[in-house]
Amino acid sequence: MPTRRVVLKSGAMALLSVGLAPSFLTRTAHAAGTRRKLLIAIFQRGAVDGLNMVVPYGESEYYGARPSIAIPRPGRDGGALDLDGFFGLHPAMSPLLPLWHHGHLAIVHAAGSHDTTRSHFDAQDYMESATPGVKSTRDGWLNRYLQAADDERSPLRGVALTRQMPRTLQGQAPALAIGSVKGFDVHGGGPARESFESAYADAADRVLNGTAREAFEAMRTLRQRAPGRGYRPAPGVEYPRTLFGAALQEIASLAKADVGLEVAFAESTNWDHHVNQGGATGLLAGRLTDFSRGIAALATDLGDRMADTVILTMSEFGRAVRENGSRGTDHGHGNAMLVIGGGVKGRAIYGDWPGLAPEQRFESRDLAVTTDFRDVFAEIVTKHLGASAASAARVFPNFDINRARFRRLL
Amino acid sequence: MLHRAATVVLVLMLAAGGHPAAQAPAAATAAEVAHVLNRLTYGPRPGDVDAVRRLGIEAFIDRQLRPRSIADAALQPRIDALATLALDETTMLRDYFEPARREQRERQGARDADAANPAPPRAAPSTAQRNNRLILEELETARLLRAVFSERQLEEVLVDFWFNHFNVFAGKGPTRAYVTAFERDAIRPHVLGHFREMLEAVAASPAMLFYLDNWMNGRNRDSQAGQQRVRGINENYARELLELHTLGVDGGYTQADVANVARAFTGWTMRPREEARFRFVPALHDTTEKVVLGHRLAAGRGIEDGRQVLDILAAHPSTARLVATRLAQKFVSDSPPAALIDRVAARFIATHGDLREVTRAVLLSPEFRAPESYRAKVKTPLEFVASALRAIGAQVTTAQALTRTLRDLGQPLYFCQPPTGYDETAATWVSSGALIARMNFAVDLANGRVRGVALPAIPTPDTVITGVLAGDVSRTTRDTLARAETPAQRLALVIGSPEFQRQ
Repeated sequence: MPTRRVVLKSGAMALLSVGLAPSFLTRTAHAAGTRRKLLIAIFQRGAVDGLNMVVPYGESEYYGARPSIAIPRPGRDGGALDLDGFFGLHPAMSPLLPLWHHGHLAIVHAAGSHDTTRSHFDAQDYMESATPGVKSTRDGWLNRYLQAADDERSPLRGVALTRQMPRTLQGQAPALAIGSVKGFDVHGGGPARESFESAYADAADRVLNGTAREAFEAMRTLRQRAPGRGYRPAPGVEYPRTLFGAALQEIASLAKADVGLEVAFAESTNWDHHVNQGGATGLLAGRLTDFSRGIAALATDLGDRMADTVILTMSEFGRAVRENGSRGTDHGHGNAMLVIGGGVKGRAIYGDWPGLAPEQRFESRDLAVTTDFRDVFAEIVTKHLGASAASAARVFPNFDINRARFRRLL
Repeated sequence: MLHRAATVVLVLMLAAGGHPAAQAPAAATAAEVAHVLNRLTYGPRPGDVDAVRRLGIEAFIDRQLRPRSIADAALQPRIDALATLALDETTMLRDYFEPARREQRERQGARDADAANPAPPRAAPSTAQRNNRLILEELETARLLRAVFSERQLEEVLVDFWFNHFNVFAGKGPTRAYVTAFERDAIRPHVLGHFREMLEAVAASPAMLFYLDNWMNGRNRDSQAGQQRVRGINENYARELLELHTLGVDGGYTQADVANVARAFTGWTMRPREEARFRFVPALHDTTEKVVLGHRLAAGRGIEDGRQVLDILAAHPSTARLVATRLAQKFVSDSPPAALIDRVAARFIATHGDLREVTRAVLLSPEFRAPESYRAKVKTPLEFVASALRAIGAQVTTAQALTRTLRDLGQPLYFCQPPTGYDETAATWVSSGALIARMNFAVDLANGRVRGVALPAIPTPDTVITGVLAGDVSRTTRDTLARAETPAQRLALVIGSPEFQRQ
């Protein structure tokens, strides 16, 4: 494990060496504000252990509750990467440190839902519908954003780089779920494409007909605008060779092709570590390496477009404060979210820290929630994406959007 | 469209007499028969609609509910040729999984020792690696062959359904070595048997013990300073048992119930790297008293704690409702009517979870054959691919290309990572990317470009439209077909048509 100092230095060097720092970090006047705003949502499915991702090393309770999996204090072997004298990042997240030090990474800790479910399925559903406790909601909050701000029509406003449409983007507004941009065309070219398009265009089948229309429109736009097979990331940028890395690279290629992308979605899987999750190295460390390298590559690749971009990470709930009997962690409650972007007031941890002593925990076992994730979503939808108060109210039904509760991340 | 009057008569008969007697099938239309075939099977083959019409829908359903009565001679030799299907977990682990793992570790060790030379040449797969791959290749091949060629179609549909209900993920460590036996021993024998028996077969299966970590679940011991804890409570299985396998998330349990169920299953374990066989280890069992859903489990017991929990859960009304809802969603519609769920749940309670009778209650319900149910469901990727192969009478020699197609369509077999399994409803399966991927499979299939799949002769679209889609396609689809230039193009358009995506 490198020491914190070494990591910092190499991180900063990496940024400078690809020539990213000047444009992105100084937010050149002509770029900022003129381009379409972009939100990239990243879902860590399976409930990441937020307490080992953003480590409250200043809490002695933390070490008492996790004898075999705690991340050591900064400066020790395999120690956390210090952020503010109390919290530190997991050492596998060193690729994100430059973003923190340049003020583009903010963290909201102890965020989550007032709903107490510890079911992955329900909690993901609630986070993606943004209506915790209400299962009858039919659409996802990112889709409702697209519905609310329907001024410009591009078939590629909302894209998920997943083979199935995520709940977050399901709904009436056109949205696309594609495994990859490259493979998104009909075999056999023009004639086959046209035949299928006409067969679906007049079909009485509303569901299939609507989805097909969106697909064919998107294909047309991509043929005209996207670089197709030839996409090359910015010099020096290397995405991890994983499904997650590939998805983020596709998002960057769409963002740079100016196809009207406003909301992109990617997912990172396999965070449910009930057994042997490891500490500074091991299972969780491996997942965090992929996660952090991917996001760092995306931010670097997007370059000055990061001035108009927010990357938001989320996971359905956190994990219990105490490690379980298998050197892993069981399902918990509050968790940490990362918010990254040129307009983000970074280098800060937001939210009230509830503490980890048993009496401070939720149901005596989990990190309590002090920030409703909808306050974070709503702040991004209004202040970054620019939704009006009326629009935002439609995105978050039955939720009192109160700007006073915003964490002022932006 | 279906005839409500006919179904009402049928239901009255059933209400009066239980099992369907030999039924006068005269009223069944081609569309009605195609509907039944689309739900009970992986789609009609040309000729099936006529055959079932002659046999009668009720007789067909009854026969499919008794799969042992159906000869399956054509399929069996092809399944027998897949040698790993018969192996137990321990053999699979020892001879197919561990050698590859050991070899990988040795290679990794050699790489780490030789850091100056980081890019090893890409060698051809070793025997150990090939054997390790064989486990899933053969399992996937068997699943596809059975879906396409078995005459016991309902049983295959139900194996898929119940495997998904009790999902395990082959990508989690040695689960890969256990999943073959899991499907064969814990799922398949019980899909038309008793729910309680399947529940225990699953609970004690190496695949589930490993996938949901219960093999690690042991009683908490007081840890002294400096002493490493050996095992302790792990509530992963307990929670999913309640939420996904039995009661359902709103089935009326609390966090305390989860904790007590976890304690009841302490000591249900195995040695995952040595002999992957269920064992109960009394030393790991928490013998203190537990209260589960209001039932008191007395102190001082052993394996019977877990068994009693399974008894309680299998007899619980919430479990009956969950099973009824899932089956109704599978066979009737994405949002099944409440009255149907009530009746099927009641049948579950009355028969103590006899799944043959519960399934029968769904298939003989008026809702199953109501006009609203006709083409109300979008096929899952597996259903789409298998139904396409059946519709054109394709021969399948190897299944790897089909396996890849399923991955592209979003349903990799045996690789659904979360314990929820795949969703059954259309919203999941209708996405732009998946729809285009379906069209592409249709194009590739019709042009003979799917490796391992042979077309005896390109069937005419009319054969498929009449024999498989019961002649019921839209004017638009017909017009588009008329404009296509080659037989292969026409066939691709039929398989990729909106009508063919539904069942």
